[in-house]
Amino acid sequence: MEDEASALMEEREPIPLSALQHAVYCLRQAALIHLERLWEENRFTAEGHVLHVAADKPGGRRVRGVRRVTALAIGSPRLGIAGVADLVEFRAEGDHEIAFPVEYKRGKPKPHRADEVQLCAQALCLEDMTAQAVPAGALFYAETKRRVEVAFDSDLRALTMSTIDALRDVFASRHTPLPTQQRSRCRACSLAGLCKPQIAGRAVRDWRRRTVDRMLTERI
Amino acid sequence: MKKLLNTVYITTEGASLRKDGKNLVAEVDGAERARVPFHMLSSLVLFGAIYVSPALIGACAASGITIVLLDRAGRFQARVEGPVSGNVLLRRAQYRVSDAPTEIVRSLVVGKIANQRAVLMRALRDHGAGFAVERRAAIENVVDRLAHIIARAERKDDSTDAMRGSEGEAAHLYFSVFDDLILSPASELRWRGRSRRPPLDPINALLSFLYALLTHDCRSAAEAVGLDPAVGFLHRDRPGRPSLALDLMEELRPVLADRLALSLINRQQLQASDFVTEDSGAVRIKDDARKVVLTAWQERKKDERLHPFLDEKAPLGLVPYLQAQMLARHLRGDIDAYPPWFWK
Repeated sequence: MEDEASALMEEREPIPLSALQHAVYCLRQAALIHLERLWEENRFTAEGHVLHVAADKPGGRRVRGVRRVTALAIGSPRLGIAGVADLVEFRAEGDHEIAFPVEYKRGKPKPHRADEVQLCAQALCLEDMTAQAVPAGALFYAETKRRVEVAFDSDLRALTMSTIDALRDVFASRHTPLPTQQRSRCRACSLAGLCKPQIAGRAVRDWRRRTVDRMLTERI
Repeated sequence: MKKLLNTVYITTEGASLRKDGKNLVAEVDGAERARVPFHMLSSLVLFGAIYVSPALIGACAASGITIVLLDRAGRFQARVEGPVSGNVLLRRAQYRVSDAPTEIVRSLVVGKIANQRAVLMRALRDHGAGFAVERRAAIENVVDRLAHIIARAERKDDSTDAMRGSEGEAAHLYFSVFDDLILSPASELRWRGRSRRPPLDPINALLSFLYALLTHDCRSAAEAVGLDPAVGFLHRDRPGRPSLALDLMEELRPVLADRLALSLINRQQLQASDFVTEDSGAVRIKDDARKVVLTAWQERKKDERLHPFLDEKAPLGLVPYLQAQMLARHLRGDIDAYPPWFWK
């Protein structure tokens, strides 16, 4: 029985790591992109593609005791997540190496934790794959050209796990959740035109009835 | 909001289209006649024998530009399009609901009849003073009867078939006074009832042509949001028929097509001499006049109107897309019904 269940887990499509970042920002955005397959290119996402062209070529080189591997395929069948890490630095530490994931991001550090969660999920994958603890990583922001080091503490790990769970529920139910209540996020969202946050949840039947009633009382 | 992109209509037989960099180039007898960047384009509609280069077909498919081939009379022949925008969950929901589509049909029927009624009321407002007493009375009578049908469709828990019946009844009433809306004195340009396949008089030829253009736009809108254009709600499935495109078209017909036909005739932009009768009795629009219609159609699509449900301004040409999008959002469970597009 247990074998069957784990076999099913293996069969299951893993959650893409990039979806976690969307899910932290807005669970509906993640569902629209990854469940409904809606995607709208805008300036922000286009810049993101340009940025990734450099990092997406698989390869590796060694600089001063650090082995740098780009576009590394990673995943955790245990957690049901998978994706590609922009860059993983394997740092020599005695007789073994410690993985240090680095994710390239357009723009600058943000007030929400979406980028950190995506990075932390990479760390969870790397821990499962290397059987070594991955205590920290970094986000590189194109606009500030700075690395921001991120410690994978218990808070961030818990947020990452709960995001994975929430996203798994969405994928399993195949139901797109309603928009976030944080409307400032909608204003900055590349998907707002497809999402139509202003109409989701509105009572259309009532509106139709009221409109018809008003229309029929108007005379010529 | 999404931008209203252009549809390019090519009506010169023998024209050839090719790709040059990121542009569409149209040539006639080796001379360049038009050049349009791909990012401005949503589709290409070709009438009759037009040559299209393979490189252009490939570029259109890659950029999501649909190529539609029509025969000289505007009848559909083929379409060329790239990968279908896919969402199997949306399509499954569409198929499930299409088995019991009562609420969607209610919105479509209420929207269509309300817009037919609005066309009649607008004619009374604009030209009512000039109408003979009995013409005016006839139109007012139909306006009242349409109001009853709308109220019944909205209020009564009618079956889908009963609502289809209401739609037919309303269409019959509406077209019974359509001739009163034509101000031209020309006897050739009178309305004697709907005829199609083939249209047997100029007004029917004009309406059929405009409906074909609108069907094309509605079909593209359905496909753009990932709906299956062949599976309808008001229109039952029939192989080869774009039933959903026809559904989306119903509420837009009176405003986008009927009113445009009336204004082309009433402003004498089209005359009886712009139509030819073929040996079979079928009537079609002459090639030069077709350009007048296409230009007016493109201009009309740029007119902005307040969208009653979204409560924002949108060009008329974007309305099919917005309606398809809201239908998709309803099918995915975001909203409890499909909001009709009421013209004001």
